[in-house]
Amino acid sequence: MLTRLRAFLGAVLLLVTPLAAAQLSIEITGAGAPRMPIAIAPFPGEAALGSGITSIVRADLERSGLFRGLEVPPLSPAPTEASTVNYAEWRSRLADALVLGSVAARPDGRYEVRFRLYDVVKQASLGGIAYTLSKEQVRASAHRIADFVYEKLTGEKGVFSTRIAYVVKRGSRFELQIADADGAGEEAALVSFEPIISPAWSPDGRKLAYVSFENKKPVVYVHSLVDGKRNVIANFRGSNSAPAWSPDGRRLAVTLSREGGSQIFLLNADGSGLRRLTSSAAIDTEPRFSGDGQWIYFTSDRGGSPQIYRMPAAGGEPQRVTFEGSYNVTPRLSPDGKTLAYITLNEGKFQVALLDLSNRQVQIITDSDRDESPSFAPNGRMILLATVIDGRGVLSAVSSDGRVKQRLSVTAGDVREPAWGPFTE
Amino acid sequence: MRLAIIATLAAAAVAAGCATTPEEQAPARVEERAAKPAPVETKPIARVDLTSKPAAASPLKDPNNILSRRSIYYDYDKFDIKDEFRPLVEAHAKYLRENPGAKMLIQGNADERGSREYNIGLGQRRSDSVKRALAILGAKDNQIESVSLGEEKPVCTEHAEDCWAKNRRGDMLYSGEY
Repeated sequence: MLTRLRAFLGAVLLLVTPLAAAQLSIEITGAGAPRMPIAIAPFPGEAALGSGITSIVRADLERSGLFRGLEVPPLSPAPTEASTVNYAEWRSRLADALVLGSVAARPDGRYEVRFRLYDVVKQASLGGIAYTLSKEQVRASAHRIADFVYEKLTGEKGVFSTRIAYVVKRGSRFELQIADADGAGEEAALVSFEPIISPAWSPDGRKLAYVSFENKKPVVYVHSLVDGKRNVIANFRGSNSAPAWSPDGRRLAVTLSREGGSQIFLLNADGSGLRRLTSSAAIDTEPRFSGDGQWIYFTSDRGGSPQIYRMPAAGGEPQRVTFEGSYNVTPRLSPDGKTLAYITLNEGKFQVALLDLSNRQVQIITDSDRDESPSFAPNGRMILLATVIDGRGVLSAVSSDGRVKQRLSVTAGDVREPAWGPFTE
Repeated sequence: MRLAIIATLAAAAVAAGCATTPEEQAPARVEERAAKPAPVETKPIARVDLTSKPAAASPLKDPNNILSRRSIYYDYDKFDIKDEFRPLVEAHAKYLRENPGAKMLIQGNADERGSREYNIGLGQRRSDSVKRALAILGAKDNQIESVSLGEEKPVCTEHAEDCWAKNRRGDMLYSGEY
């Protein structure tokens, strides 16, 4: 796995120019309650790896809003995953969970990281893993450890190893950036003097569809992140925009104006097999497939104001989904298909709303006023969005209960159009 | 202008030659030869004729021609062409009719408020409405492509209405201009 990941990262590095001082910085602006106290003891030997692996694990877990990392003073002898755990001592430090590990240099120049997770309350080991890695893989390994801990303790998959895409506008440059979910390791997949919008991850996480204006009009591309190859998927007469992948990755829904107006069409992922899905005099756009591939949710102003509708993915009569308010756009389904996130105009503010599709309850979960492009984490726990703070575009992440909030910004640039990538193996 | 100055100088030289007095040149032979009037400049004087037509400058670029104007502005959430822009659309329709080889790209734009993709739709409505008006006035469908830039290419970047009004816009561009 790690070898494959490394090969992938190597390929990306060859194709793009990393930008110095471009990294997203994250600020946590709100926290949920209650958070599980967890002690992550420094791994003996980890100093050899440069960046501290345990501090990355702790930062990951804290960012989720579900954990509180405890300060662990230097212990002598330093415990490792092989030590006998003194549960009473960790209990007295108020830890509910504990991570112990070690780092050892191997003769081949690589390192072995071993760790074990413990339930301090139940006084039981919850398992552990050993990774062999090079120094370049420290962050990736730390994210995998955090994912393991998160899943064992919450029962849900962690998203620390996933990636995010977003667009940075820096002066007259537009950069399509890919970064780890924590904002680190940012690399540009595409740099242009014309706008780039609407990045959408393929379900396998290997490609991005997006809209580029490099031909003085919107054209839809599919960009392979593995080798940097770009294919024009929709460049019909008029505008081509709003790409959305079907869950099996074989088709794309797009908005085209080739027959007048803005209407939703279906294409094969190679651009062939064009088929029109909507047939209205309205703006029909922002298509999104449901996770089961049965429905396409979209924005339409066929009722006089922009609202969210859905229709069978095979085509058919649309049904209106949102009713409250005069401006509801950008539908995004949660991974479990139970919740619809979208942007609503609420007392003059564009904010993120969540609609519970079973009981029709609507909840607004942000307090900013220029929110755009909500994007669910693949485990459904957090929503990444673009907003404007002090006149600058920043990314914000909010837990789906609205309690945990984070802000991600870059220096000297506007960040927008976030898209959270899928789980990848 | 430059020619006129040369002509004036030539005339002055002729006058100076004529003004040379016999008294001054009388005693010495050498001086007599040197004092001969300078030969009159025989190079023909270039004529400036303002009644002839200027070299075929494009009416599309002539600031005095309505065709040099390319932008149509819209009210909030509207895409109908306001009366004040009718003469402009009519002039471009006439140009397209008279120049069947001319091709036009109409870029519709929207202000920054709301969804980027929905704003592509709003800009498209604006460019489509210009295309429709030009077609009704006789331009051919294959001469015109209407597209949208949504909110992505603002000419004004303040977050206020007078700026937004400048960005709710349709631009008519001919081949080679985009």
